[in-house]
Amino acid sequence: MSASLPEDTGPLPHRIGEPIVTMEHVQKHFGDLHVLRDINLEVAKGEVVVVLGPSGSGKSTLIRTINRLETIDSGTITVDGKELPSEGKELARLRAEVGMVFQSFNLFSHKSILENVTLGPTKVRKLSKAEAEKEGMQILERVGVANQAQKYPAQLSGGQQQRVAIARALAMKPKVMLFDEPTSALDPEMVQEVLDVMVGLARQGMTMLVVTHEMGFARKAANRVVFMDEGQIIEEAEPQAFFTSPTSDRARDFLSKILPR
Amino acid sequence: MQGLIELLQQYNVLAAFWMTIRLTLISAVGALVLGTIIAVMRVSPVPVLQRFATTYVTLVRNTPLTLIVTFCVLGLYLFMNVRLLPPSVDPKAQLFTWAVVALTIYHATFVAEGIRSGINTVPQGQAEASRAIGLNFGQVLGQVVLPQAMRAAITPLGNTFIALTKNTTVVSAVGVAEASYLMKNMIEFSPQLLFAIFFLMALGFVILTLPAGLFFSWASAKWRVQR
Repeated sequence: MSASLPEDTGPLPHRIGEPIVTMEHVQKHFGDLHVLRDINLEVAKGEVVVVLGPSGSGKSTLIRTINRLETIDSGTITVDGKELPSEGKELARLRAEVGMVFQSFNLFSHKSILENVTLGPTKVRKLSKAEAEKEGMQILERVGVANQAQKYPAQLSGGQQQRVAIARALAMKPKVMLFDEPTSALDPEMVQEVLDVMVGLARQGMTMLVVTHEMGFARKAANRVVFMDEGQIIEEAEPQAFFTSPTSDRARDFLSKILPR
Repeated sequence: MQGLIELLQQYNVLAAFWMTIRLTLISAVGALVLGTIIAVMRVSPVPVLQRFATTYVTLVRNTPLTLIVTFCVLGLYLFMNVRLLPPSVDPKAQLFTWAVVALTIYHATFVAEGIRSGINTVPQGQAEASRAIGLNFGQVLGQVVLPQAMRAAITPLGNTFIALTKNTTVVSAVGVAEASYLMKNMIEFSPQLLFAIFFLMALGFVILTLPAGLFFSWASAKWRVQR
């Protein structure tokens, strides 16, 4: 199930500070379906939180509400101390500060890799083309795909595309990064290269909220695991504690199904 | 063959087709602009604009072009004396302008539907990813969705362009001297050459539409979005 990771290279940096994302009493319905039930969650600066749970438990919906790709029915969400604006310029500005990586990459198909990474910086951060390209190349270098800069997304492997998608989000210099099952659409041999980039980000102190089924990543890079089921947060714990001694029956049941015996 | 030469000598066929080309090209640009605006209104988050665009498309697309042309030219221009150009401009140009307006209004609905079908080929994730990096509605549309939608819409837009080329013949009904208007004159004054006239007209339109068709096929392959 989960790809094996190399041995730990030391503890995570402890630079955890003030809350950057706060969700209070968040409720959401899709028609009759109650997908988020009274969600309360805080993510601190520099923290890496992994959201686990069976499919349909509301994990993806939860992180998509943080940059308002999904609206909520009630409750409050604040990012960096400000409540989520409902629309317009304010919302666009907030989204620029919250990076998002999707399961299906969603690179802009008609733009080159470099253009994918420079679109946001030129249009939203108002950098000049030259500045944006210089920064863009540095970021592509960081995720190891700088040599593909002139190609188009369809010419890259899934793993490369997802690393470009991470670079595109990083190019906005986000305060927090959201990952929505970033490795679920990848062929098994490409999972590791994406996880490596994510672990690298975590070690550099990026605040991350990650929906994933990669237990290895959770163990290695997460400060905290949040377990969801049927739209509720059932359990929160440090990864080690969660995996070895989950307190809820539902978490035990879930872990028994996914962990290798 | 003899008949064709005779026709070409007696009538100004080139001038007539030149009128057809002008009607086609100017209306095509007009329809592309208006049709894009209508398509954007249809996908906009503003309900009033959506409703307006839907109503426009439904109403105009289902009205015969002849009716629209006669309404514009006979009704608005000749009967109600509504001029689009200053009164000093000669009536032929006034007539031409109204003909272009009628063709534009009508074909914009097909352009709008073509672009909307193109927009439907763009995965939802493309718009989500653009919003996620902070682009506003206009930028999402202008930078990401429309460039991809337009490429996917090349084939339907090409069909509309070819239909438009041939639909320009409708404005002969109100006296614009394009190709089919000349054809009526030819049939009246040289009826002995009837089949040569048909052949000449058909040939003229094939010469106009065939390269257009080839161009659109080539363009849709060249600019196809790889996913």
